Amino acid sequence: MVISSKNPVHSVLFLILTFFNAAGLFVILHAEFLAMILIIVYVGAVAVLFLFVVMMLDFNFTKSKENVLQYMPFGIFIGVVFICELIIVLINTRLDLANIQILANPFLNFSDMTNTQALGSVLYTDYILYFQLSGVILLVAMIGSIVLTLRDRPGVRRQVIGEQLERNASSTVLKEVNSGEGIDI
Amino acid sequence: MNIFLPILPELSIFISAVLLLIVGLFVKNIKLIINLAIITLIIAIILVLVQPVQSAFNNSLTIDEFSKIAKTLILIGSLASIVMYHSSREDLNINLFEYPILILLATIGMMIMVSANDLIAIFIGLELQSLTLYVLAALNRNHLASSEAGLKYFLLGALSSGLLLFGLSYIYGFTGNTNLNLISTTVTSGNIGLIIGIVFVCSGIAFKVSAVPFHMWTPDVYEGAPTPVTAFFALAPKVAAIALAVRFLIVGFSDIAFDWQQIIIFLSIASMVFAAFAAIAQKNIKRLMAYSSIGHVGYALIGLACGTPQGISSLVIYLSIYLIMNIGVFSFILSMKNKGEYYENISDLSGLYKTHPYYSVVITILMFSLAGIPPLAGFFGKFYIFIAAIESNLLLLAIVGILASVIGAFYYLRIIKVIYFDESKNSFDGFSHRSLGLLTHPSAILILIFCLYPLPLIKISNYAASSFF
Repeated sequence: MVISSKNPVHSVLFLILTFFNAAGLFVILHAEFLAMILIIVYVGAVAVLFLFVVMMLDFNFTKSKENVLQYMPFGIFIGVVFICELIIVLINTRLDLANIQILANPFLNFSDMTNTQALGSVLYTDYILYFQLSGVILLVAMIGSIVLTLRDRPGVRRQVIGEQLERNASSTVLKEVNSGEGIDI
Repeated sequence: MNIFLPILPELSIFISAVLLLIVGLFVKNIKLIINLAIITLIIAIILVLVQPVQSAFNNSLTIDEFSKIAKTLILIGSLASIVMYHSSREDLNINLFEYPILILLATIGMMIMVSANDLIAIFIGLELQSLTLYVLAALNRNHLASSEAGLKYFLLGALSSGLLLFGLSYIYGFTGNTNLNLISTTVTSGNIGLIIGIVFVCSGIAFKVSAVPFHMWTPDVYEGAPTPVTAFFALAPKVAAIALAVRFLIVGFSDIAFDWQQIIIFLSIASMVFAAFAAIAQKNIKRLMAYSSIGHVGYALIGLACGTPQGISSLVIYLSIYLIMNIGVFSFILSMKNKGEYYENISDLSGLYKTHPYYSVVITILMFSLAGIPPLAGFFGKFYIFIAAIESNLLLLAIVGILASVIGAFYYLRIIKVIYFDESKNSFDGFSHRSLGLLTHPSAILILIFCLYPLPLIKISNYAASSFF
C-alpha cells in the first residue's frame, strides 16, 4: 500500500504502519530496545519529516503513474524472484536450535537483564569512547550542513523584537488609503 | 581522568576545534583561526610523539610505534593543507572559518582510524573522517564542479561505507569478537564467511584509498574540489586508510595471510597499471595528480602485500616520501596563477623555464622524484618497496611495478618537456605567497638530500614496523 496508494499522504501513513510492524517483529525477537528506537526515530522523526515534505511539495502524483506499465514486467520479475527465494528458504531451512552456539557475549548474566538495561550498563562505561565519537560525527554533520547551506545575504530584513515592543500609539503612522490605489511610504 | 590520557592528542584537537568554532562565530578574523589551528596541530604532533606505547579503552585503541608515526604523517598533511588554504583563500574566494575546523575534526577521525584495534573503532573513525571530507569537497558551493564533486564523493562514499560495515558484520558474526587481537585468536583458514567479510572490508578500504577498481570517484573529485582540499585528500586520508588496512590485516588476520594477500596483490597491480596508462591522456594537472595518487597507492600496497617486517617498513618509507612530494607538488599547483587567476592545465605551464628558471627547477625536482628517477627520494621509496617484494617472493609484483613506473615516467616527464621546450604562453606570479614557498622548498630540499641521509627515515620506519612483529 505504501507504493500503490494514490494519495501520497496515505502512503506515508502506511509507511508508519510498516514501521510499527517491524517494531512488532523486534519485540517478538526480544529486542525491545530496537523496537522502541525504531518507533521513536523512524515514526517520530523520519516519517513526520516525510509527511511534511510530501505536504509541502506541490507535485502532480497522478502524472507519475502514467509510465507504471513500462516498468511493470521488471517489477513482476523481481517480485517472482523474491517469492521463489522465500519459498526455497521456507522449505530448505531447518533451524537446529539445540546446536546454536553464541560465540561471544559481553555479559555473563545476560538472561537476567532486559536489553535496555544491558545497553545502559555498558554504553557509558565500556563503550564511552564510541558514544562520544558518535557525538563528534553528529557535530560534523551539523557543521557541514550549516557550512554548505548558510549564506549571508545583504539586505535581509530581520525582525528586531526590541524595536517592535518599543512602539506605542504616538509613534504610529496612520494613513488613509483609498481602495485600489495604494500609497507611497 | 587517567582513562583519557591515551587519547590526549585527539582530545586536545577536539577541544580546540570546538573552541575555535565558538571563536570563529564572533571574531571575523579567519587568519586568527588558521593560526590557532596550526598551533593546535603542532601541539598534537608533540603530544603524539611523547606518548608512551599503550592500549586504551579495553584495548579498542592501540597507541604503538606504527600509529605514532602514521599519526605524525597525518598531522603534517593536515598542517600543510591548512597552510595551503591560508595562501589561497582570497583568490579562490572561499573565506570560511569552518575550513580549518573541519580539517581538525577530520584529523581526529583519521587518528582514531590509525589506532583503531576494534571493528567499531575502525568504522567510527572512518565515518568521522569521510563525513568531513564530503563537506570539504563541496566547500566551494558557488562552483558547480565543486558541488558535483561533493555529491559524487558522498554517494559513492556512503556506498563504500555500507560495504565496509557489511564486511565488518560478517567478521563479527563468524568470529564473535570485535577486537582485532581476539579475532586473530579465533581465525581459522577455510572459514568462508570470514573471507567474505575480509573481501568486503578490503573493498571498502580500497575505495577510501582510491585503489583500482574502486577509483572512479578520484579524478572527478580531485578536479572539482578546491585545490587545498584536493591536496588534503591526497595527503592525510591516504596515509590513514593505508595504515588502517595494515593494522586490520596484519594484526587481525596474519594467520590467513594467503587469503587476503591475493586481494591486495590484485588491487596493487590494477592500480599501478591503470594509473600509468590513464594518466597519459590527462590535460588537467589536478586530474593528473589524481591518477598519480592512484598509482602511488598501488606501490604502497605492495608493501602491505608482502606482510613482512621489511614490507611494512618500506611502506612507511614510501608513504612518508609520498607525503613530502605531494606537499611540494600541490603547493606548486597553488602557485600556478597570474593575478589571482589559477591555471590548471598542463599546457599553461609551457615555456615556464624562460620566464621563471628557478621556479621550474623546483618543479623539475618534484616531477623527477614522482617519476622515481635516482638519486631523488621518490626512487628510493620505490626501491625499498621492490626489494621487500622480491625478498618475499612476490616477483610478479616487483616486475609489474617497475614496468608501470617506466610507463608512468612518461607523463611526469611530459610536464618537464612542456616547461623547458615549449613556446612561452603565460606569465606567472611565481611564489607570490610566502607560505607556499615555505611548503615547496623544504619538500624539494628533503627530496634532494634523502639520498645523503637516508638513515633517519629508515630507522623511523623500522621502529614503526617493529610494533607488529
